[in-house]
Amino acid sequence: MYQILKQIVKTGIKTETPPQADGSMRLVEQRLQQAILEAFGGALAIRQVDAGSCNGCELEIHAVNNAYYNIEGLGIKFVASPRHADLLLVTGPVSRHMELALKRTYDATPEPKLVVAIGDCACDGGIFGSGDADGSGENYATCGKVSNVIPVDVVVSGCPPAPTAILQGILTAISARK
Amino acid sequence: MPIKHPNLKLSRLTDALPAWAGDIAVDDLRAVCRQVHDGGGRLVALWGSDVRQCGGGFKLHVVLINETGLVCLNVPLHAEHPNYPDISDIFPAANRMQRAAYDLLGICAQEGHDHRKWLRHGAWRSGSFPLRKDFDAAASRTVEADDYPFVQVEGQGVHEIPVGPVHAGIIEPGHFRFSIIGERVLRLEERLGYVHKGIEKRFERMSLQQGAKLAGRVSGDSTVAYAWAYAMAAEGIAKVTPSNNALWMRALLLERERVANHLGDLGYLGNDVALSFGFAQFWILKEQVLRNNATLFGHRYLMDAIVPGGVAVHLSIEGKHIIEQECDMLEQQVRILRGIYDEHAGVQDRFIGTGVVTPKLAAQLGLCGLAGRASAQAWDARVQFACAPYDKLDVQMATYRNGDVAARVIVRFDELFESLRLQREILARLVSDDAAPVLLERLPANGFGIGMVEGWRGEVMVAIHTDAQGGLARVHPHDPSWQNWPLLEHAIIDNIVPDFPLINKSFNLSYTGQDL
Ligand code: SF4
Repeated sequence: MYQILKQIVKTGIKTETPPQADGSMRLVEQRLQQAILEAFGGALAIRQVDAGSCNGCELEIHAVNNAYYNIEGLGIKFVASPRHADLLLVTGPVSRHMELALKRTYDATPEPKLVVAIGDCACDGGIFGSGDADGSGENYATCGKVSNVIPVDVVVSGCPPAPTAILQGILTAISARK
Repeated sequence: MPIKHPNLKLSRLTDALPAWAGDIAVDDLRAVCRQVHDGGGRLVALWGSDVRQCGGGFKLHVVLINETGLVCLNVPLHAEHPNYPDISDIFPAANRMQRAAYDLLGICAQEGHDHRKWLRHGAWRSGSFPLRKDFDAAASRTVEADDYPFVQVEGQGVHEIPVGPVHAGIIEPGHFRFSIIGERVLRLEERLGYVHKGIEKRFERMSLQQGAKLAGRVSGDSTVAYAWAYAMAAEGIAKVTPSNNALWMRALLLERERVANHLGDLGYLGNDVALSFGFAQFWILKEQVLRNNATLFGHRYLMDAIVPGGVAVHLSIEGKHIIEQECDMLEQQVRILRGIYDEHAGVQDRFIGTGVVTPKLAAQLGLCGLAGRASAQAWDARVQFACAPYDKLDVQMATYRNGDVAARVIVRFDELFESLRLQREILARLVSDDAAPVLLERLPANGFGIGMVEGWRGEVMVAIHTDAQGGLARVHPHDPSWQNWPLLEHAIIDNIVPDFPLINKSFNLSYTGQDL
């Protein structure tokens, strides 16, 4: 125990100031009323769904939990069920094999809900190519960008986007339209 | 020459690795496999290709490994009846690879007992095969329901818990079906393939350099290993050798990838046994490595740093100092943390004896990589088949016999320290040359090459076949997770369900790497 405490004291506080919201990441008009945003009360529950990523984006989503970005310190936490979630954080091009699971997760998330698409693949199919919801895309196995499958509020580009960009995307989604 | 058979003529593939290839008739396949197996060898990868446009039928490719090197057997198959004998009784790891080869190409392992689909769920029709050159994506679309016959366990008090594909956490998707009695797991059956995103088909339209980017995104956590294996395969076909400096740089990047992943896993393994202190500490260290990567090489995970022909990054003298300091810092910090893990009774209680894979089972089923070394499977490509520059580095392999979570943790710690040592050695020999890298733009026609690199998880292999114009006719990336996923099904038996996340994490296998 002594060793643990000593190490904690020595490590100190690493957390950095979070980024500001950025309206240019917004895909659609703010769908939520200011009043509802306030109802989230600064405490936001996120459900992460990997809908077909290369797992690179997941690495950075893990990283937003580390002490430098300390997402929990902002009152945002990752939850285990869509039923407890306010926001879905979706990565990948959506593989056809995940299409149904993603739709179901979306449906199981109570209103009001937000969706943030993380990574180039989630924004436009990225290196795996566009797929289209109707199957006319370049790749037989994917539906392409997340908004081909469920409504998306905010997109964060990058391959993978850095943790600050991910945080910024989340904060943009929950900030009121200016 | 690794194997001899009267009907097998082998030719050397690349200078980078002791690797050979040769054609063999379908009737001789099993005899050669049996011979390699009986000599202590393993199956590395199995895939197929469509060569009907070149006047052939299909081809099956089987890569085997023994202590002298790699052998790729090319087996011509009939255009109308592309069948070959099942080899999963010799190499159990072949089971899922054979099923995937059927789903994607329609080549069929006969006499096997398991013909269930593997990578295909409902995204394309049964009877149509995406990797055939005449595949028609639009016509193959289907909305047919995806039914999969799981093995049922019966008995009094037995019930099933289905989990996934979407998991409770930041994890890739897959389906796990536990048959349990009380809390004890009687059986686990995995169903993967959810993140199948047509990677192998994508390669066919890409240039060599675009393909390098895609190879680096087969499994993002192993981007360096894939990019290197891909480059090695391409360089083997083109018969070019990258500069010494580029090779040293590749090894530096590969060891940095190993360190970053081990740090992350060690943090999560602490977290999974309620020592969140471990997560906080290790992830601070990991973040520092990632930030140095971003500063020095322009990408936190080192994507696109390795390209066919060389590397796309430089390291200045100051950059070397930054890495040296980072190595010193990590050495000191990780020693403290290791001491804390070792002495923490709660942690050790959960680690020791949990999720055991015995050396015997590991050998039988072909467990490889980090998890294999924790179960006494002494294979490390950096040691046995040391491609340059590892041939000058004398890598110390870490092996343990216990095969439990604790052993997989120890292997991670040992390999982490070894990687720090290797980085220092590499830095001492890396000379900055400012010569622009000679990038490889095109490959010779009708070539075949393979590259294999010991990534942090295990051996990553990439095979490239070129067409008559030198384009990418077929690229097959192979993740060590193919070999190791089936062992997880065994590791959980007789453990309790709540220990599954811990056991799973101790393997930390790739979903995307095997779903392709
Ligand atoms: S955006 Fe990049 S890191 Fe993210 S899933 Fe796509 S390829 Fe991987």
